Amino acid sequence: MTALSTSTTVNPLTAGQLPRYATWVALAGSLLAGGVLDASLLGGFDPGTTLFVGALIYLLVIYLLSRAVEGTRRAADRLATNLVTGAFLLALLPLVSLLWETLSTGLPRFDLQFFSYSMRNVIGAGGGAVHALYGTLIVTGIATVISVPIGLMTAIYLVEYGRGALARGITFFVDVMTGIPSIVAGLFAYALMAIVFGPGTINGFSGSLALSVLMIPIVVRATEELLRIVPNELREASYALGVPKWRTIVSVVLPTSLSGIVSGVILAIARIIGETAPLMIAAGFTNSINTNPFANPMMTLPVFVYDQYAHPGVQREFYTERAWTGALTLIVLVMVLNLIGRFIAARFSPKTGR
Amino acid sequence: MSKRIEVNDLNCFYGKFKAVEDVTMTIEPRSVTAFIGPSGCGKSTFLRTLNRMHEVIPGAYVEGEVLVDGNNLYGPGVDPVNVRRQVGMVFQRPNPFPTMSIKDNVLAGYRLNKQRMKASEAEELLEKSLRSANLWEEVKNRLDKPGSGLSGGQQQRLCIARAIAMQPEVLLMDEPCSALDPISTLAVEDLVQELKETYTIVIVTHNMQQAARVSDETAFFNIAGTGAPGKLIEMGSTEKIFSTPDVQATEDYITGRFG
Repeated sequence: MTALSTSTTVNPLTAGQLPRYATWVALAGSLLAGGVLDASLLGGFDPGTTLFVGALIYLLVIYLLSRAVEGTRRAADRLATNLVTGAFLLALLPLVSLLWETLSTGLPRFDLQFFSYSMRNVIGAGGGAVHALYGTLIVTGIATVISVPIGLMTAIYLVEYGRGALARGITFFVDVMTGIPSIVAGLFAYALMAIVFGPGTINGFSGSLALSVLMIPIVVRATEELLRIVPNELREASYALGVPKWRTIVSVVLPTSLSGIVSGVILAIARIIGETAPLMIAAGFTNSINTNPFANPMMTLPVFVYDQYAHPGVQREFYTERAWTGALTLIVLVMVLNLIGRFIAARFSPKTGR
Repeated sequence: MSKRIEVNDLNCFYGKFKAVEDVTMTIEPRSVTAFIGPSGCGKSTFLRTLNRMHEVIPGAYVEGEVLVDGNNLYGPGVDPVNVRRQVGMVFQRPNPFPTMSIKDNVLAGYRLNKQRMKASEAEELLEKSLRSANLWEEVKNRLDKPGSGLSGGQQQRLCIARAIAMQPEVLLMDEPCSALDPISTLAVEDLVQELKETYTIVIVTHNMQQAARVSDETAFFNIAGTGAPGKLIEMGSTEKIFSTPDVQATEDYITGRFG
């Protein structure tokens, strides 16, 4: 009886709904309208302006349409969704443009010669950045070796032991360090080397010191966050087994957050590997391969890019090309690091499988 | 193996807040003692003082003494780590180590304390602990799988296996069944009955039927009001507490007139 009556009457829970194709039709119509408007009123057709004007029209059209058919709540939802999508696309624009530009101008010289030649005795065409690649790997590697233990231990102190004034002080100074302009870090390393080894000491290690100053606060911050989200229950479970605090940290807390810490460290490396200003001061310029971080200036990729662009020879185009390829190499390097980080993170993350 | 616990004039503090006041009690060896009482009356806080887990919380401290076979847990120079190796604990929520396999979870107490043991001994201890926790049959084919892949009830029994693998003198259980379904609860309760043959067991529970079912002795805790410290109102054999308690408040709580 009841089943019969419900099947014949309209379900009171239904509401008006735009058909699926409506959004696509509206989008196409809006873009068309944008194009027409652009061509007729705004002085000539232009894809960028058309897209922008079309998007604005689409926002308005779909809102009004939805408001008429679906009601105010769904209309507001559509408006907000579209605004957020728009903001995302807008934010993506510079990124895509940057990648495109770097790839298209950097790829021609992304060849074997670029990775087997230094700039020693190279004027004009040819040459490469192998000296800068070595430099970047060595300088960043040493900076990582210095920063990770210090940063990790600071974070462990802050989360597991730190109470009162000392912990608050450290947190404050880590915050201050995060905000240090990178050039100041370079000056600090230069001055430190000048005091210890005499004025004018410029080498790769000095560059590493400068990068460490920038990297330590990033590692501390990232690791601190991750250690804090390790549930206290796990620590208590370990204490209740009679495991000392230090072993609890080493064997329970750190493994649980290891994957996050690894990706945090990789992000920190990615952040400092492109630093230019401090390395120009602390590690200097050279055109030759130098694999000894403790003597003589050491070229790095960002400085190489700057140098190629800012101090070109007579045939400018070769220098500009090399600068772009250097930039591309940096991006690839960061990407490879990220992939390695993800792989390690997936490898070590707590397992949930049955 | 099991030991008598004597508590004399124990006060627990969280900073300036006094959470538990003047508890004096004796817990007999090879028995199950249940702590009952309304939420916030200090049962769990008190339980945690019995293996010095209370002080893990910043600002928390204890006055008074807890004697385990005459040795004061709060005496000068006592290492809380040594205390916890003798007094094991099972928590309210199952908390197996997520990075470890079932096997490593059970042996965690030994592995993390860097005690050397032969592979054969480890296997033996593993099987013995899991069998005592009534978990062996369910997991014997997947010992190398992560412990977090088990069901809630299995995880809790894994935690019990982990605690008894250390062969403690005393086993503290802080509402071990509150996150479990009736069937898993029954499994844990049966387990408690078996374990009391060898261990001294103290169990905190909100479930009065559970207290009546598993315990030999029952202690009733209560608070006068918010902000007031919790007190031990009455302690006696479970039979007596649940039939003819001396204090009116105990009877009111047990018969459901409040709380």
